[in-house]
Parts: sequence; structure tokens; C-alpha cells
Amino acid sequence: MSSALLEIKGLKTFFFTRKGVVKAVDGVDLSIDEGDTLGLVGESGCGKSMTALSIMRLVPEPVGRIVEGEILFDGKDLANATEAEMRKIRGNRISMVFQEPMTSLNPVFKVGDQIAEAIQLHQEVSPKEAWGRSIEMLHLVGIPSPETRVNEYPHQMSGGMRQRVMIAMALSCRPKLMIADEPTTALDVTIQAQILDLINRLKERVGSSILLITHNLAVVAEVAQYVGVMYAGHIVEYGNVLRIFKNPRHPYTVGLFRSIPQKRRRTKKDRLQAISGLVPELLGLPAGCKFHDRCSEVSPRCREEGPPLLEVEPGHQVRCWLYG
Amino acid sequence: MLVNIKGVRKYYPVEKGLFAREPGYVKAVDGVDLVIPRGETLGLVGESGCGKSTLGRLILRLEEPDGGEIQFEGRDIFGLREDELRKLRREIQIIFQDPYSSLNPRRKVESIIGEPFAIHGLASGTEREEKVIRLMKVVGLRAEQRHLYPHQFSGGQRQRIGIARALALQPKLVIADEPVSSLDVSIQAQIVNLLLDLQEEFGLTYLFISHDLNLIEYVSDWVAVMYLGKIVEWAKQDVIYDHPTHPYSEALFAANPSLDPLSKSKRLLLEGDIPSPINPPSGCRFHTRCPLRIDRCSQEEPALTERPNGSRVACHVR
Repeated sequence: MSSALLEIKGLKTFFFTRKGVVKAVDGVDLSIDEGDTLGLVGESGCGKSMTALSIMRLVPEPVGRIVEGEILFDGKDLANATEAEMRKIRGNRISMVFQEPMTSLNPVFKVGDQIAEAIQLHQEVSPKEAWGRSIEMLHLVGIPSPETRVNEYPHQMSGGMRQRVMIAMALSCRPKLMIADEPTTALDVTIQAQILDLINRLKERVGSSILLITHNLAVVAEVAQYVGVMYAGHIVEYGNVLRIFKNPRHPYTVGLFRSIPQKRRRTKKDRLQAISGLVPELLGLPAGCKFHDRCSEVSPRCREEGPPLLEVEPGHQVRCWLYG
Repeated sequence: MLVNIKGVRKYYPVEKGLFAREPGYVKAVDGVDLVIPRGETLGLVGESGCGKSTLGRLILRLEEPDGGEIQFEGRDIFGLREDELRKLRREIQIIFQDPYSSLNPRRKVESIIGEPFAIHGLASGTEREEKVIRLMKVVGLRAEQRHLYPHQFSGGQRQRIGIARALALQPKLVIADEPVSSLDVSIQAQIVNLLLDLQEEFGLTYLFISHDLNLIEYVSDWVAVMYLGKIVEWAKQDVIYDHPTHPYSEALFAANPSLDPLSKSKRLLLEGDIPSPINPPSGCRFHTRCPLRIDRCSQEEPALTERPNGSRVACHVR
């Protein structure tokens, strides 16, 4: 376990609102080894983005706060790091790519300047060198004629090109970890395929580990080696992608796979196997297992007591009493 | 055929600046031929800006075309008299993508679902209330929820309200424009099942517009692929998914990420971005990204022709 680049232990990030305490992240454990990609999947409000923001220490304070747990990155606990320490880490050793490249790029600066800024902020290089590195990075992410496009403004680029610029910026300081939060959700299918392919190729060239956050299981299958499925602030299933996609165990994961159309209908009577009920609201979570009110395998114990993460086979953990 | 679309075109002028002599046009829909058989589902796929939503709006007569015609039950919808148009408005309905912005936040659910009856003077008082309650039951809402406002519902429930409103006047054709794209995965399946149930119960015809290729395969009898304002391929669902003929259809289906972690890497990656629809490429619009292009493709526009397997394809090479 000593090779883990990032290890999160018992992370709890709560929001203290007038209506009550929202437990956005409620005891998350996960680890990413060097060079690996972990996909974190779940539906809206499950806590996947808040887990990422906790790592970056960008939880909107004072309403939101990390209340418990450790975030060990290269041996250092980020949960207790000072703002000055975090500023040296963000964009340098851990970088982030967001869903909407138009809103995360500054519209009044050339893309080259924005990449160069990130480089100069963290590394002792001259402006000229930084500019040269920007062109190199644009070339690396597959932008045609980077020498001219480095002078363009974000609005002159397509959505796919802007996302490439974001990835170029994120990788410009050769981070140990890149967090990508829904990086292809705003893109068309053929452009999504290009970006996923790019992420796969660059990971090998730059050697960064990736934490990929998405609602799309197929995107996880394309790029990740490990997957964590989140529900209502908990990781409910965790392990190797090949194992979990072949043989999901948690009733929620099983339900997610079944609710995605995978085969065509044989007859007009065929229907998808939907998960019943609603996506939970974090203020009114049920007692016991958070999924029990939507679960097809519910037993009396589930209503009273929340299950721990249980190992069902080496490297495959499930938070469900079916296995305990 | 319930709907017969013949060479329909829709251009939007774009401002080109103070000294521009000739205005440019976004050719959103540029000569589309398509039919939708009664009681079946036509899935329309394509990437953003390809014109699929504009085509839906043309069928609803929310847009006036710049050419061509659309026949609904044999009559051209653009040549209808005022009273005929009123009747058409009842027979074609739409379900929108975003249930948050397509419902009036200041109206109770009973008023939203009952509004079509009021507009067309079809039912009032207790009769209208009974009809609203029946519709709510059909889409899986409880009768007592009719006194609530849209913000008191989840996204999936709001989409059910939108579906109830669309069904109120017993339409023949329902245009579903990305009806589940804004919903969570586990809720999407519930709404898709509801739409399938309703089709079976009421004999509805669907034009299902989506970028989700798995979903289109699941719900459609026919599938049409659009690229930059044109239909490039149109066929029976199983034919086009098993053997896409047009190079764009092939690349599009191949780009769709698979749930099987072992099946990656055999895909054909398209180069480049989708060109602007303001000045679309000459000849075949796909030739700038096509791996099979020949000289003829940049010069001559391919016509949609029928192939031995029954599909219609616009391609010089295949």
C-alpha cells in the first residue's frame, strides 16, 4: 500500500445549512496508485464532485467544511494543509479539468498566456520559455498548427479544442495527479472519443495518475482501471473495473447497469429494468443503508444499520449486508 | 405514412457586419427527405448543430420553412387554413429536454396539465379536473399532487408533468426532443419505460431526437443520422446499427463508448471538428473529415439513394 499516491481515509465533508447538516461526503475511503486511473461514478448529489473539491481544498467555506478524515497525497495530509501550502500544490502537483471549458477559461486572455501563466506561477522559467512550453503543450494535446492557435482567444475555438486547452493547462506542470470532473459531458460523441483517447495517451506520456469523475459508466470503462460507485455520500462499491463491470455486486450498481439500454428490444413489450424511487435528497436520508428504500434486495437489518465496506473478493469491496 | 417530409429547408440569416454585401446563412436544415410511419418510432441522431431540433420545430410548425413541404396525414402543414392549423396543434405535441424551464413555475400542476383543454375549449370545471387526474395517473403521478407547483417535484416527476401535458389532447405524433438527457441514469430508465408504455397504450407515433445512441437503438423502429443539415443515412434500426453504410454513421456508432472495458481501441477516430453550418463544406458535407473521401466528394453533393439492404444513404464511395 506504500505506493499509493493519494490515499483518502474516512473523509467527511459536511455543509452546515439553515435547514440542517448536509452530509455531502460521509466517510469516503479510496486510494490511487501512481500511474493509475480511478473512475468515481454516481448520480447528481452523490458526493463525487465534493470529494474532488475536498482534495483540492476548494470546498466553499464556511458553509462547507472537511470535518473528519485524512487526504494523504505523497505522504502529506492535505486536509490539514495551510492555504499557502495548497497554493503550491494546486495546478502544479494536482491539477483539475472541469466540465465546461468555456467557463473555466478566461475569455479576455489568449490561450497561450493562460497556459504560460500556470507554468510561470509554479516554475522558475522566463516568459519566453513559458510561451514556448505553451506551444509544446498545445502540440501535445493534438491542436493543429499550435504556433498560430496559441494566439487565439477561447471564443475562437470549438468546445473540443477548448477542452484540449484545459487539458494542456492541467498537464503543463506535469502534475502527479489530474482530477477530471465530467471532462467530456459537454462534448459530442465523436469529440468525446477524441478526448478520451487523448487522456489515455497522455497519461502514459506524462505519467500522471487520474481521478475521473463522471456519471457515465461507459466513460469509466474506456479510461479507468479502478472504479468507485458513490451513492448519497458513500462509496458503495469499489474495485477493479474489469471485475466490477463483469460482475457488479451492490444492488445499486447492478441497478445502474440494468437501467442503461444495452441491447435492442426483442419485442415491443420489452422494457428497461429501472431502479424505483427518486435520487435521494441529502437532507432527508433514510436510516440504515442509504439505498434501502430503493433496493430490491432489502432486509430488516438494512433499515436499522448501515453496512460497512465488505471485501467480497481480493480488491473488490461492497457496502451491502448481502455479503456480510 | 403519418409524416412525409420532402426537401424541407430552413436557413437562418446571420449578421456579417456593417459592410457586408451578402448576408450569410446558417443552413440548419438543408433539403431533408424523411417519412415517419404511423405508430412507429423514428430516432433522429446527430451531433450538436446538425439541425435535428430545427427539423422537430418545423414539423410542429413553430418555424416557417425556406423550401420544401411537410405532409401530415397527406396534407402540407404549411398550406393550412387557420382552423385546420388549430386542429394540427392538437395532433402534434412536443416533450422538451429540460423539465425545469418548460413548466411555468407560478402555475399549479393542475393548471399546467389542464391548459391544453382551456386553450382549445375542450373541457372545463369538474370535467377538466377529472381529465387532469386521469392523465396524472397515466404518467405515474398521484391525484393529490395536482395542487403543487413544479419546484416541489424532482426532475423525473417534472418530466412526467410535461408528458401528461403533451398527451392531454390525444395527439397522433409526439416529438420527444432529448426527453431524458437532463435526468439521472436511474430516472432515465423510468421515463423511457413510461414513453414506451404510452406508445403501446395510445398507438402514438414518436419522433425521438437524441444524441444517446444506446437509447435510440432501444426505442426506435427507424433511425436517421443527420450531419450539418442533411440526412446522411436512414434505415431500419437493426440494419443501420448492425451495418452502418455511411462513413459518418459508422464513425458515430464506433465513437459511442462501450460498457465493456475490453472492447476499446478498435474504434475509428474521426479527425477534426464539426465544420460551421454557416459555410458548410462543398459537395458532401462530411468530406473534410471522411477517411474514404475521393475527389468527387468535394465537388458533387451525393443524393440519398436506396441500397440493396433497404437503407437510404448519401455517399459517393459506398
